[in-house]
This record gives sequence, C-alpha cells and structure tokens, in this order.
Amino acid sequence: MTTVHTYDAVIVGAGGAGLRAAIEAADRVRTAVISKLYPTRSHTGTAQGGMCAALANVEEDYPEWHAFDTVKGGDYLVDQPAAQLMTEEAVDAVYQLEHWGLPFNRTPEGRIDQRRFGGHTRNHGEAPVRRACYAADRTGHMILQTLYQQCVKRDVRFFNEFYVLDQLLSDGRCAGVVAYELATGEIHVFRAKSVLYATGGYGRIFKVSSNAHTLTGDGPAVLFRRGIPLQDMEFFQFHPTGVYKLGILLSEAVRGEGGILVNSDGERFMERYAPTVKDLAPRDLVSRAIYQEIKEGRGVGPRRDAVYLDVRHLPHDVIEEKLPDVTEFARVYLGVEPTREPVPIQPTAHYAMGGIPTNTDAQVVVGEEETPVPGLYAAGECACVSVHGANRLGTNSLLDIVVFGRRGGLHMSEFARDADLPDLPDAPDVRVRQTIDGLLNRPEGANAADIRGELQEQMFDLAFVVRSETSLRKMADVLAGLRERYERVFVQDTGKVFNTELTEVIELGFMLDCADALVAAALARDESRGGHYREDHPLRDDANWLKHSLASRQADGSIRLEIKSVKLGPYIPMERKY
Amino acid sequence: MDDGNGLGDVLETSDRRAAGAGGRVTLTLRIRRYNPETRGQESWWDEFTIESEPDDRLLDALHHVKWYLDGTLALRRSCAHGICGSDAMMINGRNALACKIIVRDVAPRVTVEPIRGLPVLKDLIVDMEPFFAGYRSVLPYLINDSGEPEKERLQSPEERHRYDDTTKCILCAACTTSCPIFWGDEEYVGPAAIVNAHRFVYDSRDEGARRRLEILAEKNGVFRCRTTFNCTDACPRGIEVTKAIQDVKRSILFDRF
Repeated sequence: MTTVHTYDAVIVGAGGAGLRAAIEAADRVRTAVISKLYPTRSHTGTAQGGMCAALANVEEDYPEWHAFDTVKGGDYLVDQPAAQLMTEEAVDAVYQLEHWGLPFNRTPEGRIDQRRFGGHTRNHGEAPVRRACYAADRTGHMILQTLYQQCVKRDVRFFNEFYVLDQLLSDGRCAGVVAYELATGEIHVFRAKSVLYATGGYGRIFKVSSNAHTLTGDGPAVLFRRGIPLQDMEFFQFHPTGVYKLGILLSEAVRGEGGILVNSDGERFMERYAPTVKDLAPRDLVSRAIYQEIKEGRGVGPRRDAVYLDVRHLPHDVIEEKLPDVTEFARVYLGVEPTREPVPIQPTAHYAMGGIPTNTDAQVVVGEEETPVPGLYAAGECACVSVHGANRLGTNSLLDIVVFGRRGGLHMSEFARDADLPDLPDAPDVRVRQTIDGLLNRPEGANAADIRGELQEQMFDLAFVVRSETSLRKMADVLAGLRERYERVFVQDTGKVFNTELTEVIELGFMLDCADALVAAALARDESRGGHYREDHPLRDDANWLKHSLASRQADGSIRLEIKSVKLGPYIPMERKY
Repeated sequence: MDDGNGLGDVLETSDRRAAGAGGRVTLTLRIRRYNPETRGQESWWDEFTIESEPDDRLLDALHHVKWYLDGTLALRRSCAHGICGSDAMMINGRNALACKIIVRDVAPRVTVEPIRGLPVLKDLIVDMEPFFAGYRSVLPYLINDSGEPEKERLQSPEERHRYDDTTKCILCAACTTSCPIFWGDEEYVGPAAIVNAHRFVYDSRDEGARRRLEILAEKNGVFRCRTTFNCTDACPRGIEVTKAIQDVKRSILFDRF
C-alpha cells in the first residue's frame, strides 16, 4: 500500500541546509522535512572549526576580502557573483544564528570571537586573517542544534527515518518525491509543489573519509537517474588532516590555533610549499604537499604513509578550551596524547565541491543556459552553486548551508504560494517498488560489503589526491565490473521493519552513480585545478578548462559530458601562490 | 622546527608501537536480538566470533557481523566518531556509543544490548520518540522577546562559560536510558531533557528560565532524580549531567526568576 501526502514544500535532508530552508518555508507554506536520519544525527554536526564572516570583531576585514579568498581558493572556478553574494550575506547569517542562541566563543568585550583558517587572508593574500566565528571545535554541532531548536520552536513537520528514493516530475516540473519508511518498509508518495534536496555529500565512496557512513550521494544520484546533470563532480576535497587510517577529521582550526605539520626529519615542510601562509594554505595545496613528502620518503608511521600534526608547543589552555574534541579523537582512536606526542595524519576524503547545479536561489538549473526546473531546489553540499569552485575554503561549507538554505527555503515557498498543485505521474511509486522487489526476491548473489569495500579501496588508490589518465581509465573499468556485480547483489534480510541491509544496498547503488560521474568528469578534464590534480597534466589550463563540467546519464548507461561557462567577475585568474 | 631530536624519539616510539600491534584479536560478540516479524515478542541472544584489529571500533565489529555473517542485524549509526549520537547501546552492562569503544578494551568477549527504558523495535534499534518528546517538553530553544539588536547580543566569556558544558549534548539518550528512575517510569523527563533545559536556563541571553523551571518543578521533573550518577558515567561527551541536574534543582528551590 502506498500512502500519499500533499505539501507545498518538501525538504529532503535535515542537516544545516535542510533545517535552515525549513525554518524559512515553514513560516510561509505547508512544509514537510523528510530525512533518512533523525535531524540531529546529520553530518553538519561534525563540522568543527568555524564559519567565516567579515565581522571585523578582532581585526580589520571586509566581505570583499572574503570573496577574493573564496574565488582564489576555488582556483577561479567559482562563480564570482555567487561568492560575492555569499560573503556579503555571511555577516547577517552569523548574527541571525547568534540571535537564535548559538553559543559562539566570545572576545573579552563580549563580541563573537574570530580565529584564523586556511586560505582566509587580509587584503588579498597579505597574511592570515581572523575571520572564522566558532564555538570551540564543535561549531557544526552548535549550528545543527540551534537550527533544530528553531524547528522545534516552529513545530516543523518531520518525517524522520524516511528515505527518499525517487524524484517525481510531470511536464518538466517537480511533482514530488517517493520515500521508503525505514520503520515499516511502507512506500510514501509526497505530492509537492516544490522540493529542496539537502542530502549532503558522498565521501563514503573513498576508503579514507571524514564522512559519515550515511553520506552516500542520495540526492545527486536520485536526480542523476532522472536525467538531471551533475556539475563539477571531478572536484572533491581531500582534507589534509584526517586521523591516520580512520580519516576522522582533525579540524584546520588546529593549525589556525598554531599547530604545524612536520615530516620524518622533524621539518615544518609547509614553509617550502607556501612561504607566506605556511600551514594555513588551502586544503588542496596542503594535501598535495603531504603526498609529495610521503612520495619522497619523508613520511612517518610503520608504512611511512603519514605525516605528523604537532601541537605540543601550544599552551595547554588553548588545547583544552578551543580544541577539546579533536584532542579527544587522537586519544580515543590513536591512543596518542597530543600534548606530549605529535599525531599521525593523512589526507581524508572530505567534501564534494560538485553536485546538483543550482543558481543563487537554490533552483536546480540544467544546461549551458541554466534553465530552472520549476519547483526543484538543492542546497548545501549536494548542490553546486558554485561558490567553492575547484577547492572549498575551510568554514565556507557552514556558510553555504545557512546562506543558500535560507535563500532556497524562501524561494521555494514563494514559488509554492503561486503555483498550482502538480499532477502526479501515473503509478508514481512503480520505480521504487521495482527496485525494492528486485532486491528482496533474489535467492543468492554478490555480497554488498565486498562491492562497497572494493569501490572504496580503488577510489582511494586511483582517484584520490593524485590522478592520471591511466589511473582513471583503470577506475572506470573497475566501476563497470562493480556495476555488473551490483546488478546481482544479494539481500539476506527480506523483512519490512528496519531492513537496514536493504537501505545500505540502495545507498551503495547511489554511491556507484556518484563515482561514475566523478571518474568520467575527472578523465575528461586534462588539467590540474584545485582538488583535481592530474600528474599527467600538472598545470592549470584556463584557455580550455576555465569551465564547469556537466555529466549526464544517457539512456544506454553511458555518461555524456558538456561544459558550461564560469561566471567571472572582478577577479582575474592568476597563478595561485600563498 | 628546531626540535628534530625530540621527534626522532617520537618516531622510534611510533614505529615500536606499530611493530607491537599488527596481530589480530579474536572477539566474541554476544548480541541481544529482537525481530517482531520473524520471532514474535521474545528477544534472544546470538553469538558471533570474528577476527578483528585491536584498534577497531566496536562499531566496526558490529558492521563485520552485519556485512558478512548476518545481514538482518539492525542498528543505527552514522558518523562513527562519537558526534552524531546514533549508536548508543548497552555494552557490557553500561551505556556507551559503539563507535567510541575500542575492540582492544573489550576483547575477547563483549555483550551488546539495546539501551533500556525505550521500546525495542528491532535488535539494537529502539523507539526514540518518547525520548525526543521529553526533550521538546522543556522548550529547548532560546526565548528572548526583547527584540534583536543589529549585531550580536553581547555575552562575556564568563557568561558563556556558565552553560558551556551542557551545549555539548548530542541527544544520544545514553544518560536518560541509564537512569533507574526512567526505567521505572517513562513519564520522567529524564537527564537529557534537563541538560538541554540547563543549556538555556543559564544562558545570559535567554528569558525563558522561569517557564522551564516551572515545567521541571512538576511531578515528572527534576525532583525525581535520586543522584545515582549513572547519567554522568554514561555520557559519551563527558558532560557533568548530575551536576547540571543539581544546578537546576537548586535554582528551583532558591533562585528568583
């Protein structure tokens, strides 16, 4: 049996972007939030270091400096008007969160305190600037809690542990979504005038990742399967400081507060790679520097495949007051006491710059001419505005979710207020039912964990910090093989109540879609830019590649690639030095 | 860095530690199971023995069971490093997050059960709704009707520090479901809800303290607490839960709001 619900606005995902959109929409139109997790489990909660805005509370700063850093940090693939808008709205976005109770750390005068972060500089690169507003090293946790609190206050309608598996379109406009209820195995159709995806990233396609197990690219994959192109999928951020082997994030705030990276010679090697900002260079540069140190034999650890993050010289009160969580991660997961020993780290898959193409109102747009799909929206990591270009600056993700979550929530509710209720397509749940029935009625087959493990291992080996045509072609072959095995994957649990084996297998299918798009786009882009580094094409090629990529799934299963212009502005692309 | 010799010692230590590790350990997991679809209303115990890395998380071991031995095993998890609060379980009789328990510390044998006091839905998954209803009942959001200034409201570092500890709560329910009062009476609002009330009662920007304290002074409120400290022991975030509850009791008895 399928239950049909009707709403003006449906938001898929309840992390920062989804909750921020919900606050905006729920005050205006009939709104529902659908999330496969309880909202407070969302991965926004694990963001640590801060949220940048040019408040100038502790030193001179301007949104324009922030915009420049964002564009340069993104290796000029950023759409400059979007970055200007985001960095201007950042200031009010921070005040808004403070008014809602977010417990920011404070200056002695009682103002919001600010600290340094990678790639954020004063006056176009002169020196690091204190721009990141923060709540100890749990800023994301406090943003998620604060936004959820505001939703509780507004009595927002949540469908928790409902998993959206398909997008409904009729006559080229959004008609709703189809969801699977985890507790009962029932199918629900949500007929809706507008739908906003805020499902986060897909870092779990890599073996070493800071991402939650549940970050499997659901939103992008659902739309990809419905013919919506995905933008800039080749650009994935590898954060330099993940806990060795586990990938758990150790915030850039550690270096913002004075922590340094050292190699096996005890050398602070970032002085060689970025003489001005050193350890506070953007993440793509630092991750490549670590890779280079390891390659040249200066790694640490039993396999010499890590480097050290060293905070032993920092005052104890800074470590305890401003970095308590990351210190505990080192203690619990590595058995390392950071006040006495350096912490072994390695780059970890952290953030998808690419995703569902949108404009600055979070409307999903298709093609070079950026035609909006009426009623369809996306915000946060699953979307590509693009404010992060080829490499996101630290803290700009938290800014992105509140700025574009708000804009999306506002626009979708205004759209819904004026729009008629769309017709549902015939048998709207048929695709989802076929998928689930197909998976549950198979007497035997391939093991999903083996497929997932191989995907993660191979993506880590072949499509990580350093890529080449050879490695990517090999990865494309691997993906074709995994796809074949996935077609006959076996689910042992045939029940309806919390069949998390089934939902994990569906997630794996979405991961394969995201990996397909990533590898195809990475193969095509024969240049190096931001997070995408091709050792066979180590230089940036603005003549040919100052372009966004769009990857679309074709009927025959192949992927078609197109390019789209970058929206330029005042900042002329120049060589990126720090 | 001028500390090259010091790092040399550290390098040797880290190499020795790695050389000493390496060996896998055998871990037997005894798991309380429940599946109303296949086995009716009775729970049962299953045992699985696996080979594990000593520095794996217990969550990794549970994943191994689910992925290779019994796909029907149901549990919640997400971030796997102690922040999202999904995987609170009773582990060797004490509440903890499975992602913060290291195999080395529990091998060769560990018992895993769902947290207590909430209805079990399947295996290690419980119905969290009664827990969140308690949370919602204490008005867990900033109340301030004095109008919003153009910039931030001022708050001194000392005022900020007053409620810092209770802002760490991740709503995992480890505290509430370790509380013997809550086991006996689901109507008791429970430690986590009080922690979240505390977070606002002592926030200098908040004006809703009186309303929250009135709610917590009622019969299912804070005076049900018998200070057993189970909650403080259970908290994976190290929040001094019992102390927070005592703060609230004291404010109800002695403060004027």
